[in-house]
Formats: sequence, C-alpha cells, structure tokens
Amino acid sequence: MACAASTEHPTAEPVVTVALDSSLELHPQVAVRPEPFGALAYHYGNRRLIFLKHPDVVRVVQQLAEHTDVAATLGACGITPDRHASFVAALASLQKSEIVRERIDAG
Amino acid sequence: MSASTLVDQMKRGLDAPICLTWELTYACNLQCVHCLSSSGQRDEHELSTAEAKRVLDELRDLQVFYINIGGGEPMVRRDFFELLEYSVGNGIGVKFSTNGAFIDAEKARRLAAMDYLDIQISLDGVDAATNDAVRGVGSYDMARRAMDNLAAANFGPFKISVVVTRHNVSQLDQFKTLADSYGAQLRITRLRPSGRGADTWNELHPTNGQQREIYDWLMKHGENVLTGDSFFHLNAFGESLPGLNMCGAGRVVCLIDPVGDVYACPFVIHDEFKAGNVRDEGGFSRVWKQSDLFLSLREPQSAGACASCGSYDACQGGCMAAKFFTGIPLDGPDPECVGGDGEHALSIVMPGSAPKPAMDHSKPVTLTRKTIAIAR
Repeated sequence: MACAASTEHPTAEPVVTVALDSSLELHPQVAVRPEPFGALAYHYGNRRLIFLKHPDVVRVVQQLAEHTDVAATLGACGITPDRHASFVAALASLQKSEIVRERIDAG
Repeated sequence: MSASTLVDQMKRGLDAPICLTWELTYACNLQCVHCLSSSGQRDEHELSTAEAKRVLDELRDLQVFYINIGGGEPMVRRDFFELLEYSVGNGIGVKFSTNGAFIDAEKARRLAAMDYLDIQISLDGVDAATNDAVRGVGSYDMARRAMDNLAAANFGPFKISVVVTRHNVSQLDQFKTLADSYGAQLRITRLRPSGRGADTWNELHPTNGQQREIYDWLMKHGENVLTGDSFFHLNAFGESLPGLNMCGAGRVVCLIDPVGDVYACPFVIHDEFKAGNVRDEGGFSRVWKQSDLFLSLREPQSAGACASCGSYDACQGGCMAAKFFTGIPLDGPDPECVGGDGEHALSIVMPGSAPKPAMDHSKPVTLTRKTIAIAR
C-alpha cells in the first residue's frame, strides 16, 4: 500500500570498485523486466528495485556474464570508448546495490 | 536520464505495476475506525483459491516482482498459506499486512522458514490506550504478541506499520525505539479519508502544526524509515523527502480487491476509480494495459487550481484519494495542503456532497460492543 514505492530498502551498501577489466555478472537473485524507458531490476534478496534508465545499460547488464570482462562486454554491445567511463560508474553503482556482482569463476 | 524525466516516464505508465496491493478478503477480526476498505465481514463473491492462483499466474507472466497483500485480515483466509506459497513459488515476493492476531508461535516459525516474505504488523500507538482507541480493545497486545513470536522465531526484520494520526505524531521517536528494540523496520504512512476513514478523518488527521512535525521528523530520519512515499504532499515545505515524488495511481500502483475489482490505488475504492475486474475477459493484464481509466490516468494531468502555486512541482497537488473523499475537486488542492489552501477548499465543499466509499463490509458494531461489555 504505497503511492509509488521505489524506495523501501534502507540497508547497508558494500564498498566496491569496478574497472574495465572486472569480470561481472547479473546477480542470480535479480530479475530484469523491460520497460519503455529501459528496464526495472529487482533483487529478491535485498528487495532493491533499481531503474535501468537506458536500453544500452540493460543490454550491457544482461551480457556481462557472456564476456571475459567489462571492456569486452562494452565492445560487444557497441558502446564507444568515450562512454566507457560512464558505464563503469553505472556498473559500480549497480554492484553497490548488488544488482551485478563479481563473477565467481573470475580469473 | 535525470530523476525528473524518469518520473515523467513513470507517469505515462509501466508495462506492469511495481506496487500492486491485493486485498484477499473483507473479513477482519478488528474494526479499525480508519479502515481504508471498510472491512469486517467476508464478501460472498470473494475470489476462490483457483481464481486467486490464476491471477498469480498472470502476475508471474507480467513479471510483477512482489505483491502487497492486505485485507481485511488476510490470515483469516483458510488458503492464506497456500496462496503465499504459490506466489513465492512463482517468483512473486509477498509483503503482507496483518494485525497479528493469528501469528502464534507455530505460525511465526512457519513464516520464518519462507523466503521472499515481508510482514507488516499494524500498530497505531506505542501504548494500548492510543492504539486501541483506533484499532479496538486488545489490538495492542495482539500486535505485540505477534512481534514477540516473530522475534522468537528469528523471522528477521519485520516491519511495524503505523498510520500517522493526530494522536500518535508525538510518539514517532518512541515508535522508532520500539522498532529498533525488535531489530524491526519502522514504516509510517499517511491517514486517508478512505473507507471508514471518511467518517473519522476530521478528528484523526494531523493538524497543520503536526504536518510540519512529520516533515521535520522525516527529514531527520527518512533514510531509515519506510513511508511508501506517501507523504509527498509535505514536500511543499521545502527540500523533497526521500522517494518518488508522484501519485502512482493506475501508473505504477493499483489495487485488486477481494472480489477481483481493480482500482487505481488502495485508497480509492469507488466506482469512479474502478478499472475492471480480474474475472473479465483478458483478466488483470487487459485491465492494466487497456482500461479507459488507467489510460486516462497516464495522460498529462492538469494542475487546475494549483497551477499558479509555486509549490506545485514539489507537492504535485497531493493525494487524489484525499481530495476525492473530502469532496475537493481532483484538480484542487490536497485537503492537507501545507500552504493552507486545503482549508479553504474544504470550507466550500457542500456538506454531505463528498462521495461515499463504494462498499461497506463493516460488522454491526453496536451489537459487538455490547457483547464485549457484557462479557467483561
């Protein structure tokens, strides 16, 4: 029973760093639902609801597990190098919310 | 994309709701004086177990992440646990609101063993006198027993859900202390003049001075307290409170009532805001995606009487339900407008002209009270 309810998740956030050579994947407890503006990502464990505000971000997030690292994923998704820094920042923010995580098989 | 353009996107509606409230039954062991659905007695047309499961199948296909279950008292349904397990088993998390009457030690253990489940225990006072005046004799002890049982079963951080009234604004700090003592989360929401709340709103809604107290308290504690984003009308005081500053009715929010009717939000159970029924052809999906009502709510809304007010961007004209059930035009100010325009708007409402809630499942209260008095 709420008016909009996007913000009901006050929990502690882990400190993370993401770089172009990080190996990431979508967290297995996260579901991604397409929406006109991009997608909604919901984490069933920590109950966070996150707005993925651009279709490019949605594609990148969904393909992370298929490529060796972030740089390879961005390349495969056709993200030009001038946008890489902003995507790394976005992925760091998503890792903080545990929408994406470090890949277990990494390295 | 900036936050404001995201809100604009959301106002145009989503492919499926984010925040779907489903009231499973109109039956309730309590008779709270502010009940937004005028609950009490079961309706003979309530959805069957099979029908409810069909709705859950649809919600799974729509990728609805979680549902908010309420009532009435949802735990009085004999198939409550069956529906809970079916929902969670289909990837739809459940948050349910309860008065706690049926959470004994055994049920608490059963609930604690489930994943993707959140529980909100309703409590409207930090002492029995304040709480029971609104929720009925014995309801404070009932809620505290449920909290004790959940804590003993290691359920984890359940929620204590408070409707803020004139009589408990001064207790906000104590509510927080109580929640902290259980390792629980405090959730406070706005009182609406919906259901039986229409009859008690005048006496219960916070005064103008108290609105400011609520705002200041939320500015101080807001990051650690849940609100369902329900206090956005207070943003006209200044800096915005945490959360989405918008009315999500029919856009990101809706209600399925016990008989399957779909309303724009939980606080507008009235024909004017009824979009359809889950039993109709096409089911819930068709109502959400194609009903005339929801499509019209996703069109740009007029600021009406508030268009010239400098605070409109902050408060968005407030709550549609609060206006509707106090008789104020939908493009008028919120009855609790912090700029004071609500008072004037209320003063020119013709007495008796405010719309009445569509349904009333209240029990015959007088008889019940007499019976209790005799029994004691």
